[in-house]
Amino acid sequence: MKSATFTEVQPNAEPAPVKTGTVIYRQSAWTRLTHWIWAIAIFFLLLSGLQIFNAHPALYIGKQSGFAFDNSVLRFTAEDTPAGPKGYTTVFGHRFDTTGVFGLSGPASDREARGFPSWATIPSYQDLATGRVIHFFFAWVLSITLLLWLIASLINGHIRRDLAPRGEDIRHLPRDIADHARLRFHHTGRYNTLQKFSYGIVLFILLPLMILTGLAMSPSMDSVIPFLTDILGGRQTARTIHFTVMVLLVLFFVVHIVMVLAAGPINELRSIITGWYRTDPPTGEKET
Amino acid sequence: MPGFRINRRRFLTGAALGASGIALAGCDAFDSVSDTDNKVRHVLERANDLTYRVQRLLGGRNSLAQEYTEADIRQPQRPNGSTAPDDDTYKGLLANNFADWRLEITGLVENPLSLSREQLMAMPSRTQITRHDCVEGWSCIAKWTGVPLSLVLDEAKVKPQARYAVFYCLDNIDQDEDGPIKYYGSVDMVDARHPQTILAYGLNGGPLPVENGAPLRVRVERQLGYKMPKYLSKIELVDSFGDIGDGRGGYWEDRGYDWYGGI
Repeated sequence: MKSATFTEVQPNAEPAPVKTGTVIYRQSAWTRLTHWIWAIAIFFLLLSGLQIFNAHPALYIGKQSGFAFDNSVLRFTAEDTPAGPKGYTTVFGHRFDTTGVFGLSGPASDREARGFPSWATIPSYQDLATGRVIHFFFAWVLSITLLLWLIASLINGHIRRDLAPRGEDIRHLPRDIADHARLRFHHTGRYNTLQKFSYGIVLFILLPLMILTGLAMSPSMDSVIPFLTDILGGRQTARTIHFTVMVLLVLFFVVHIVMVLAAGPINELRSIITGWYRTDPPTGEKET
Repeated sequence: MPGFRINRRRFLTGAALGASGIALAGCDAFDSVSDTDNKVRHVLERANDLTYRVQRLLGGRNSLAQEYTEADIRQPQRPNGSTAPDDDTYKGLLANNFADWRLEITGLVENPLSLSREQLMAMPSRTQITRHDCVEGWSCIAKWTGVPLSLVLDEAKVKPQARYAVFYCLDNIDQDEDGPIKYYGSVDMVDARHPQTILAYGLNGGPLPVENGAPLRVRVERQLGYKMPKYLSKIELVDSFGDIGDGRGGYWEDRGYDWYGGI
């Protein structure tokens, strides 16, 4: 039983009503505000980023892009074939027909050669200039918000209290993985082990890496901090890492949404909007 | 039913709604931002001013773009934009191997210049192996040889009120109802006088090929490729580019690209 834990997160709790659980104040205003700013910023960064990528839908490893040699790792192309135009995706030399999604997409009567399809880019048509305007605006929003969040979360204890893994988190890891796999959730005041790991990876590794690889692509920043581009393996490798981190963030987003829906979307959404969160009744399901 | 139990039907419904929301996300809801007169766009573009200020603050006048070694030159410089200017004046100059070509230095200068290629090549030169970053996302490393623009500007004696160097080109990049549109671009005086900003007439040890901008192109190594016009014919020193072209400082800038191409 975890009655001790419940006492901890409800410092002034009466003996809780057995059936309903207790509503606790779980998310600070800083956490909630930055969460939603990031949600908006990342939405626009993703779709404008795919627009920018579409201007040259190929990724390389190294300092430069091979035109007279091959150092590409991913390439979206369109080709005319005897069976009509086709879209292809080439990953590490292996080519796949991805007509309709990557390389060639749009209505069957009006196929268009483009890396990512129209529904995945802002603007919906090819417009690199506008994609860049949107991307760099939200890049600033994301970077400044991440910095503010870091400062606020160090001061208000969010990082130490909620995100830093403890010994018990490591011990609980196998059980936590099993619980997630069965979509069984325990609603307490704390993040569970996998939450701590995934949020920690996003906030301390993926988002900073996104900003650093973005800066490494700037020729002006390269003149200020050339070692950054070198550490990342050259400008084109930095661009490939930028893209890979995007894929990881999209995967995180999908899992995040599935988990919110599975764990009870009303309660989860209320906590990230108002801060208040309903915990499980202490005599509810036993943790075994 | 306790709220934490999974109701599978509700879960699947929610998941389906969520997925369709994502699918609709991109669509065309934000296409109006493409219009360069759009008010929201003007707000978003302020971020580019911030980038410009911050990068100037960090890089100052003299932070140098990375230079590479001969071993990094692994391919010909990839050309982009105009590669074979379809313009009678240019074709005439090319037919005569640019013997009649001149580079004019005009505007806010005390000593306007008209320089032949031989005169430019007789000036002190700089050779640098640098990485060309295209706004599209690709990069290409090549060796460029030319005369530092700052030397040419010193000879022309730039007036203190000059704020920008505007580059005029011979190539017809586009066509509208008024006839052909010629490429042009501009940089601030910091980049115009940057030690790596050269008027290049040589590429990878040979003369600059037509596809890369013969007889002369500018290299602005801390910015993207579209800020380095090819087929130069004139450099004008101005205090504002508001009256040139559509007033945004360059051919691509007039079509919505950022004037500052440092990122």
